[in-house]
Amino acid sequence: MANDLFNSFMRGPDENGRFGDFGGRFVSETLMPLILDLEAEYEKAKTDASFWAEMDDLWANYVGRPSPLYHAERLTEHLGGAKIYMKRDELNHTGAHKINNVLGQIILARRMGKTRIIAETGAGQHGVATATVCAKFGLKCIVYMGAHDVERQAPNVFRMRLLGATVIPVTSGRGTLKDAMNDALRDWVTNVRDTFYCIGTVAGPHPYPAMVRDFQSIIGKEAKEQMMKAEGRLPDTIIAAIGGGSNAMGLFFPFLDDESVRIIGVEAGGKGVNEKMEHCASLTGGRPGVLHGNRTYLLQDDDGQILEGFSISAGLDYPGIGPEHAWLHDVGRAEYVSITDKEALEAFQLCCELEGIIPALEPSHALAHVMKIAPTLPKDHLICMNMCGRGDKDIFTVAKHLGFDMKI
Amino acid sequence: MTRIDAKFAKLKAEGRKGFVAYVMGGDPDYETSLEIVKGLPAAGVDVIELGMPFTDPMADGPTIQLAGQRALAQGQTLEKTLQMVRELRKDDNETPVVMMGYYNPIYSRGVDKFLVDAKEAGVDGLIVVDLPPEEDGELCIPAQKMGLNFIRLATPTTDDKRLPKVLTNTSGFVYYVSITGITGAANAVAGDVGPEVAQIKAKTDLPVIVGFGIKTPEAAQTIASVADGAVVGSAIVERIAKGESVADILAFVKSLADGAHRA
Repeated sequence: MANDLFNSFMRGPDENGRFGDFGGRFVSETLMPLILDLEAEYEKAKTDASFWAEMDDLWANYVGRPSPLYHAERLTEHLGGAKIYMKRDELNHTGAHKINNVLGQIILARRMGKTRIIAETGAGQHGVATATVCAKFGLKCIVYMGAHDVERQAPNVFRMRLLGATVIPVTSGRGTLKDAMNDALRDWVTNVRDTFYCIGTVAGPHPYPAMVRDFQSIIGKEAKEQMMKAEGRLPDTIIAAIGGGSNAMGLFFPFLDDESVRIIGVEAGGKGVNEKMEHCASLTGGRPGVLHGNRTYLLQDDDGQILEGFSISAGLDYPGIGPEHAWLHDVGRAEYVSITDKEALEAFQLCCELEGIIPALEPSHALAHVMKIAPTLPKDHLICMNMCGRGDKDIFTVAKHLGFDMKI
Repeated sequence: MTRIDAKFAKLKAEGRKGFVAYVMGGDPDYETSLEIVKGLPAAGVDVIELGMPFTDPMADGPTIQLAGQRALAQGQTLEKTLQMVRELRKDDNETPVVMMGYYNPIYSRGVDKFLVDAKEAGVDGLIVVDLPPEEDGELCIPAQKMGLNFIRLATPTTDDKRLPKVLTNTSGFVYYVSITGITGAANAVAGDVGPEVAQIKAKTDLPVIVGFGIKTPEAAQTIASVADGAVVGSAIVERIAKGESVADILAFVKSLADGAHRA
């Protein structure tokens, strides 16, 4: 497939930060010199062995990489079809894949002499990861979080505060991830000299989508090696959940030129992808537009006003998607589907009961799609899904939906 | 030559500074907003900056954010903002109108369709915050071909090396953002702004107008004295937010315009 089209799906973005027509640098002039500096610094670091040596050391000794590739035996048996593997990124320090990227960006920030780190967060996992790495390096950390998310992700808010970060509840808009990103950008425009904006997903102006992808690609690189070791061949299908799309891009990227590997991204279908827009499925239910520095698929009305998404999962509650996913969607290299809140909750419970793993609500979406397709596939079909986060942070939300009273 | 070029040529010939007023289209509602806009020329406004509301105004402070939300809640659309310009043009064919906002509503309408409609409505220029020179192919160049000015923002982070890039393809005037930050935030300081404006003027013949952080007639005067003019937005929008009468709002605008014109 790859040879027929472009030689490779792994060459993007171009020098203007474009993946096809998606991506770019749609930011105000005040920020333009900053992102050009960042791009130059990242280009230098990319080929600097000492940068990667520092990353490898921290990944191994601080994060606990490589994360295992785990054969989910009982789930496989229960579904009665394809052989299911989980890439266990929920076992990372801080409980999710987010820290893979944060380490990279914070090391860059230190190289650039920045002393104040800002971040946006939805579910709180990126905020916790940023607060963690800032604590480790003694950097000032400010996390913007939608007021609505502050409420539904209380444990993570407390974690960030324990780690010394300042959490600023964002009340503009509907108080979710998109609004937190707006306020982080407003902070950055105001504090340009000393501040580094640590973006948590594969979105934003170039070079963020490519840079975050590169840092997260450790997931796919490891999965590939581990699968070769376990099965002597590549997986047949890889599956990951998508909000902005960083865990998915991290798993997908190293497999893009492996023609035999089917790639599936799972968006948050909320209450169902319908005209009421009670979902966050930008690719399935949106159209191309420009927001937060890049062109991508967005949930928007006829007048180009951005709509608030809806999902049980705070980490998927974003009306856009990383531009590389938008491109992979349009060129047909990856498939994108959606899973409803209800289906994700069922997968969440099944995973707890059969595998003794409490998954986050985000990968529960990926798992729900595995549950749909695995029974239809032969037993020698290998699936690798990204278990990108653990569910401790979600137990209150899940309890509420299951009608369980958490007051003891 | 657009109405903007004509206006600044006239101001220059008269040795006067310009005053630019920003209001959000459709704030607090369509009718009131139109009444305010129609009253701006008589209040001494040389150029009208008409905001196009957007749900995610990343470079704006709370005042302009809320103005956009009010307008959207009242059903303002890009079409209605264009309609305001058409209405203004029925009685006023001289005062330049610059539409200011973010790219997505324009992109969503379709760049070519938007440009045809804007030109036909009587718009003279565009300021689109999230389109830096790196994205000139999107709207800037098509707009210039259509005979609309594309007004670029220069900021305190725009260094000497970058300035020529910012000035290329800019027309009408250069909008110097006096502070690093969002609209309506810190106060602009003439001592900081003056040398920056002088540096820009050394590289271009276009008028340089200063905005962000100018809130009073005195500030409008001080800042205009070190540039070719001053922009006030949030301070006017705040009065609209308070529900002041159109007459009171226009009286305040006149005091700002008088301040700038004293410079």
